[in-house]
Amino acid sequence: MTTNKTLISLSTLTRKETRRFLRIWTQTLVPPVITQSLYFVVFGGFVGRQVAAINGVSYMAFLVPGLVMMAIITSAFTNTVSSFFFTKWQRNIDEILVSPTPNWVIVAGFGMGGILRGILVGLIVFLISIFFTHPQIAHLGLVLIFMVLTAITFSFGGLLNGIFAKKIDDVGIFPTFVLTPLTYLGGVFYPISALPGVWQVVSKFNPIVYMIDGFRYGFYGFSSVPVLVSLGILIAFSLALGILCVVLLNKGKGIRT
Amino acid sequence: MNALEIKGLKKIYSNGVEALKGIDLTIESGDFFALLGANGAGKTTIIGIVTSLVNKSAGTVKVFGIDIDQDFSAAKAMIGVVPQEFNFNIFQKVQDILLDQAGYYGVPADVALPRSEEVLKNLGLWEKRNEKSQTLSGGMKRRLMIARALMHDPKLLILDEPTAGVDVELRHGMWEYLKRINAAGTTILLTTHYLEEVEQLCRNAAIMHKGEVIRNDSVKNLLSVLEKEYYTVTVSKTAGAENVSGFDITIIDHDTLEVGLPKGQSVTDLTSALHEAGIVTVSMRPKGNRLEGLFLDLVKK
Repeated sequence: MTTNKTLISLSTLTRKETRRFLRIWTQTLVPPVITQSLYFVVFGGFVGRQVAAINGVSYMAFLVPGLVMMAIITSAFTNTVSSFFFTKWQRNIDEILVSPTPNWVIVAGFGMGGILRGILVGLIVFLISIFFTHPQIAHLGLVLIFMVLTAITFSFGGLLNGIFAKKIDDVGIFPTFVLTPLTYLGGVFYPISALPGVWQVVSKFNPIVYMIDGFRYGFYGFSSVPVLVSLGILIAFSLALGILCVVLLNKGKGIRT
Repeated sequence: MNALEIKGLKKIYSNGVEALKGIDLTIESGDFFALLGANGAGKTTIIGIVTSLVNKSAGTVKVFGIDIDQDFSAAKAMIGVVPQEFNFNIFQKVQDILLDQAGYYGVPADVALPRSEEVLKNLGLWEKRNEKSQTLSGGMKRRLMIARALMHDPKLLILDEPTAGVDVELRHGMWEYLKRINAAGTTILLTTHYLEEVEQLCRNAAIMHKGEVIRNDSVKNLLSVLEKEYYTVTVSKTAGAENVSGFDITIIDHDTLEVGLPKGQSVTDLTSALHEAGIVTVSMRPKGNRLEGLFLDLVKK
């Protein structure tokens, strides 16, 4: 397939995935925005008044990067896992598989759907946060880099889940039992440095810690982990998951008999 | 140039089922070729391997000279496939399905748009272009599957039971369209359970049974070696019919027989034999078509 044809194929798949989540916006865009708004009201508003400022940042403002990141993670992941699984389940995937579209384009195309949805939901949550507080952005470039890399990582993570999923229950198991606990324990509501020593060590095995911590550094200029370490880990995860998805599709995992 | 060249193709599924036992098959460019066989014969497995949905266990497959092990992408670019089951997105609009399919083959939008209009008009779906595909009737969905497969102007069109569940009038309309496509140079590989379809459309056919090709010849030659023709015979009574020798007789009910007439025997021979057994022949009509008889003969062997 020539480069031009490959790009047409990639843009087709990206457009299709984007159309899909925009068409069902009441299921894909509205719920995470409502959930995160409730967090702002309950944790930021009611609970936050009882919590002292963290490194000079009000608790409500401290929550913003974590809640934006949480929305990106959940939206990017659920977009690709559900889209890829149902494409497999309805056998729509065959119309792509019988075409000359390379597997890396399938990964990138489905991935783009999750990335765009994750970023869009993240931006909406950020805009909502302005109604509650006045978040500062110290390093816009880092904020954007962490936002995009996290969306890429979890979009590919969702795709990986979709590749392995054989029945509809498999779509929800990983987000419920792994992703949600890791996100809640990943420093959305507290800085890792505030934990007792042993829990700080345990937390460093949670990759989401680095994403939220680095993202928060972009906002307020402080972090519990050196920002370059967080960035390196995020790049490594996004590359590893993307490559793993391509390798699995090349082997026919979940898509070919 | 051969459109499809298959040598020693084997498929053993992970559960140990040997779906293909070393198939050799060649389809010439421009041919209208039928692949026949009962369910489980291996037809869909062959199509799955040629279109990359099934991984082969052994053997080689070439599409217009391109080995799928060397450059599957280039081989797939020349194939259009209409699978047995509807597999388009039911929430997508008809024309969007076609435009997306063209996109997967790298067809630019300025080419895909007029092409989609052409195939939708040819298949009588133009008025439905903005409808969600789930609202289409069964026959329209079948035509949509064909339209989708034609979006990148394939040189080899593979149709896996394309007229299943389609009414007679519509089926004949689809036959005419497929004949036109074939006459314009597209090679067609067809699997079907309607053997009449093969007699009407195909020049060559292979009959498969339990993962092997048991016959591969022109449809004309296949029909010429027909050993039996089957008739449904209405009679005054069926008692005693089991004693009539020289014919393959099955009693259907109290006044109906199904009779296989061996090559060399005439209808008159049959009525005479029945008369000698005290059975009066009331009426007689051919059962199914001639190719069906051949198919049953070969499979029984």
